Amino acid sequence: MSTENAKSGSLFTPWNIVAGLILAAGIVVTIMRFTMGLGSVTNLTDNNPWGIWIGFDLLCGVALAAGGYTTSAACYIFGFKRFHGAVRPAILTAFLGYAMVVFALNYDVGRPWRLVYPIFYQQGTTSILFEVGLCVFIYLTVLFLEYLPAALEWKRGFDKYRGILVKMTMGLTILGVILSTLHQSSLGALYLIAPSKLHPLWYTAYLPVMFFMSSMFAGLSMVIFEGTISHKHFHHKMDAEYNGGYEDLQLAFAKAAAWIMAGYLAMKIFGLSMDNRWQYLGTGYGVWWLVEVFGFVAMPCYCYAVAYRDRNLKLARIAAPWTVLGIVLNRFNISLVAFNWQLPSVDRYFPSFGEIVISLFVVTIGVLIFRFIVTRMPIFYVHPAYKDSSH
Amino acid sequence: MFNTLQDLMLHNKSITYVLMGVVLICFVGFWHFLTDKEERKRRY
Repeated sequence: MSTENAKSGSLFTPWNIVAGLILAAGIVVTIMRFTMGLGSVTNLTDNNPWGIWIGFDLLCGVALAAGGYTTSAACYIFGFKRFHGAVRPAILTAFLGYAMVVFALNYDVGRPWRLVYPIFYQQGTTSILFEVGLCVFIYLTVLFLEYLPAALEWKRGFDKYRGILVKMTMGLTILGVILSTLHQSSLGALYLIAPSKLHPLWYTAYLPVMFFMSSMFAGLSMVIFEGTISHKHFHHKMDAEYNGGYEDLQLAFAKAAAWIMAGYLAMKIFGLSMDNRWQYLGTGYGVWWLVEVFGFVAMPCYCYAVAYRDRNLKLARIAAPWTVLGIVLNRFNISLVAFNWQLPSVDRYFPSFGEIVISLFVVTIGVLIFRFIVTRMPIFYVHPAYKDSSH
Repeated sequence: MFNTLQDLMLHNKSITYVLMGVVLICFVGFWHFLTDKEERKRRY
């Protein structure tokens, strides 16, 4: 999927072949899922009704798409205008991330034409899931509106509409931060209803706060990680403004991530202490909890701190995917590994081949659309016709 | 051994409050570790 190959015009590159195979397999599994039902392609049961389509596609997708609100808040609300060049790539990543979350949700819920029912037809206002659904619905719209100026600049001739959207930037950014605060924490709050199912080391009343805090450093890490990959593959698309602030942005985000991760680490320990769960640390689950907390939070936090101190970009770029992996591990632990932990192993959930294929299918579609957009629209550069614009 | 919920809560909160104090002190140290190489803006 490299741009060099795209430029040379060859479709049959190794990455394109892999992407093509995943897409072909995904289409087959999609047809099976929507014609023969969940049971034909998943290992979901009444004990485990939520598998990796929720644990990975939704929980990880939403957390890792948090770069949109963190970057736009840094630029427009906190006034770090030197990060302006990074806003569009972050918004695009977030928009595609949320779009893929909604797309993947159709596989889990089924009957796609009824996906809008909770919003427009029958609102379950006492349910946290309703709040998550409403927030994701509105935030996806907000992200689309934030991304739209880039598409309008590309097509030209829509300056009036673009101008209106640009004037709405501050309002949309504030709305995005509010909505993210609500639904990122609500995803954690979903698990508050299951104290008997979630392992005591992961179950805490602070789950909503932890989900929100972890989404912040997940978003910052994704911006660093996505920026590093984009620099490798789309460097020729980047202008001086983007390149000028790029290293500064990565180090500033490393500093912010280190600070938030330190707070998150403290919350983890307070959660353990307030519920008096120390005795579980000596068990197998305790070792796994320590691996998650110290191996994938404390250590990348230290790496970020050293990276910022020594202005060591390489270390920050190592810590970013490490942190992203830690977020995936945390969401997997809460939704799969530590969930239903007391069930006998025969009743435990393990994803089927079909579920894994669909998750890969969704990620691949997201990557391909990202590539399609950044190679055509002004994402990494300012459109020459709009050089004087503040957006 | 805790005989009442009150005993348990008192024990848990006591330990947590001590930990919070320790964490607050650690945060000051961590902040210094994070920023002590930053160029200071001279205001004089």
